[in-house]
Amino acid sequence: MEQEKIWAGDLQAAAAKAYDNGRNSLVAMFANDERQIDGHFAIYCIFSLAQTPYFKILKAQLHESEPLEFPSVVPVTSAAAWYEREIHDLFGLKPIGHPDLRPLVLHENWPHDHHPLCKDFDIHTPVPTVSEEYKMEYVHGEGVFEVPVGPIHAGIIEPGHFRFSQAGENTIHLDAKLFFTHRGIEKAVEGLTIDKAFYQAERICGACTASHALSYSQAVESIAGAVISNRARYLRVIVAELERLHNHVGDIGNLCAGLGFAVGVSNGARLKEELMRLNELVTGNRFLRGLIVPGGAALDITTEIAHEISRMLRAIETDFIEVLDLLRENDAFLDRVNTTGILPRQAALDLSVVGVAARASGISKDMRRDVPYAAYQNMNFKVPVYTSGDVAARLWVRADETIQSIRILRQALAGLPSGTLRVEIPAIKPYSSGFGWSESPRGGNVHWLMIGEGNTIYRYFVRSASYANWPAVAVADPGNIIPDFPLINKSFELCYACIDR
Amino acid sequence: MSLLSKIINTGVVTEKLDATSAPHRFRGAMRAGKQDCGACMACSETCPTGAIVIQNGRVQVNDKDCIFCGRCIERCEAQLIKNTGQYKLATLSGSLTETAGNELRKKIRRVLNRSMHIRHVDAGSCNACDFEMAALNNPIYDLQQYGIDFVPSPRHADLLMVTGVVTRNLTQALQMTYEATPTPKLVMAVGACAAGGRTFGDSYAIRGSVDKLVPVDIYVPGCPPRPQALLYGLLLALDRL
Ligand code: SF4
Ligand code: SF4
Repeated sequence: MEQEKIWAGDLQAAAAKAYDNGRNSLVAMFANDERQIDGHFAIYCIFSLAQTPYFKILKAQLHESEPLEFPSVVPVTSAAAWYEREIHDLFGLKPIGHPDLRPLVLHENWPHDHHPLCKDFDIHTPVPTVSEEYKMEYVHGEGVFEVPVGPIHAGIIEPGHFRFSQAGENTIHLDAKLFFTHRGIEKAVEGLTIDKAFYQAERICGACTASHALSYSQAVESIAGAVISNRARYLRVIVAELERLHNHVGDIGNLCAGLGFAVGVSNGARLKEELMRLNELVTGNRFLRGLIVPGGAALDITTEIAHEISRMLRAIETDFIEVLDLLRENDAFLDRVNTTGILPRQAALDLSVVGVAARASGISKDMRRDVPYAAYQNMNFKVPVYTSGDVAARLWVRADETIQSIRILRQALAGLPSGTLRVEIPAIKPYSSGFGWSESPRGGNVHWLMIGEGNTIYRYFVRSASYANWPAVAVADPGNIIPDFPLINKSFELCYACIDR
Repeated sequence: MSLLSKIINTGVVTEKLDATSAPHRFRGAMRAGKQDCGACMACSETCPTGAIVIQNGRVQVNDKDCIFCGRCIERCEAQLIKNTGQYKLATLSGSLTETAGNELRKKIRRVLNRSMHIRHVDAGSCNACDFEMAALNNPIYDLQQYGIDFVPSPRHADLLMVTGVVTRNLTQALQMTYEATPTPKLVMAVGACAAGGRTFGDSYAIRGSVDKLVPVDIYVPGCPPRPQALLYGLLLALDRL
């Protein structure tokens, strides 16, 4: 993997070159306190390139004696906006020229002068609770009013605060305050052994459990140079696709809740329940916890279980297609989803949007195909792409992908090779770093790790698909009526837990 | 037309609490044999949530903290720790215990027995506990068959189901929701995060288990608790098992 070391003062210029006017995109950006290693803070930028090698990493260094600031990358790409606010919160490094430096992950209860991801911040430091005002953005003007919603919502959903600026029924601006359930996992795992920290990685997000377990395990394996068996690779594909299946089926049902189509909701929930039961049969956990582990797989898929999966796939496939037909031929339904909540292709590119949302706005990217991991290079599948960028497009991408997942599952079950389940992770040279990735049901999910002494975690950074995509919701919503927000939001179906790690 | 035929062909799928059992691979609660184990500490050292204490050579697993990962089974050389497949692990506390006095307990049950309304609060979960709560609304568990339902506002709620290790950023919202709920009210801590608070270890962003902030009446262990485990907890609280 190409890694270029630069001085932090040159970051903006180097990022502009790597970004290449939007031919490449920013995958992630994060800082690391490496003062104990070489006296520097480091800011890493991972870019994905239009051709091989797929990734390029910029490592910008800032000596501890220098002013703690760097030129913001936001003028190069708006995708950098959240990352830099987070770096500012957690490390106190200031991006000069950033247009909006409100706190992101640490809310107004947190004092400005504590930066918890710095190595000299002890986790047991008592931090006073301060209460400042958090300024929400809104539009001024005659007749314009604000609608605040959340953080506790009406449904069984995660917390977030939304502030709509309304001109009548139309939303003209949306600002979101998120990170209410920020748990500080990246700090909590520091110093834990790789295998203990794994349980927190696996629990970042329930809906994306397998994807997080995969990205974490692959990061560890790539740093350690551990080669896992082919059987484990196939088992991982099976679990990852079961995860996509229960998410996509459940999300399509939930989308129907966004417009009150009860038959769609019930059928989606019923099919999802059947899939959750299958998950529990396969892994012992309804969210697929416990099979994917660093070094391979902790559980096998026996012939019996494989038969049960195949049987269930047959039943689900017919059932699911019938439910989809109910949506496709329902004009009242189509009327609500077509042309609602459009995310223009260019906006998706500017924000480096990933996954379902990208593929619904005409961008063909999928890490399973573009940078194959586990056994995806041996799988034959299509990556559906729609161009209208609306709620409907995101729905149909999910629908098509569900069918593709079933196809992948059948191939993986049929071709399951023999082999050991799990290999040992050898001792890793301290301060080696690397990353792993997977395509979660929501899109690319990247985990970066630096290992410390005795196979412990020195620094862990997680960029889930939802982190990349949340800012896009604020672009897609304005121009729509406020009752369509739940629908638009559900069509992106982003996790809060995934960003609140 | 196809809408109707889909509804009719699907038929009734609703089940009662014990209609299906957990599959073989579901681990459930861990239990250690009664004999003296020699206290090698392998299990307590390996447990990612600190759920195991060894006292006088006896292994004790704290269900509230346990995430059913099975590491302790693997590490125990004496093979004393076994998984039981048990998921009905809810326990009562606060105003539902004997010590709180029969009057109060009876009153709560009299008021809530036939119709109880629940508000959900995610105070820092991974969302799996919350998805399992949502699953109670699916046509298979159909929570409404027990006269229990989720409501959009704490003002209409009798019970708060709280998930997650309480985060700093959600503390205020949790307290305000609790205050907004009319009395008599119950609080259920759902899952290892809410009940034990140790799932994500120590962090600057976490305040810990729910009972550190508001009084808890029902604890439901699990990571996440299966929908049937939640249902069991609800019916246990109402003395309707
Ligand atoms: S199953 Fe896991 S969490 Fe539970 S006691 Fe054993 S090691 Fe600890
Ligand atoms: S108890 Fe487990 S499933 Fe529930 S929120 Fe915590 S980590 Fe997620």
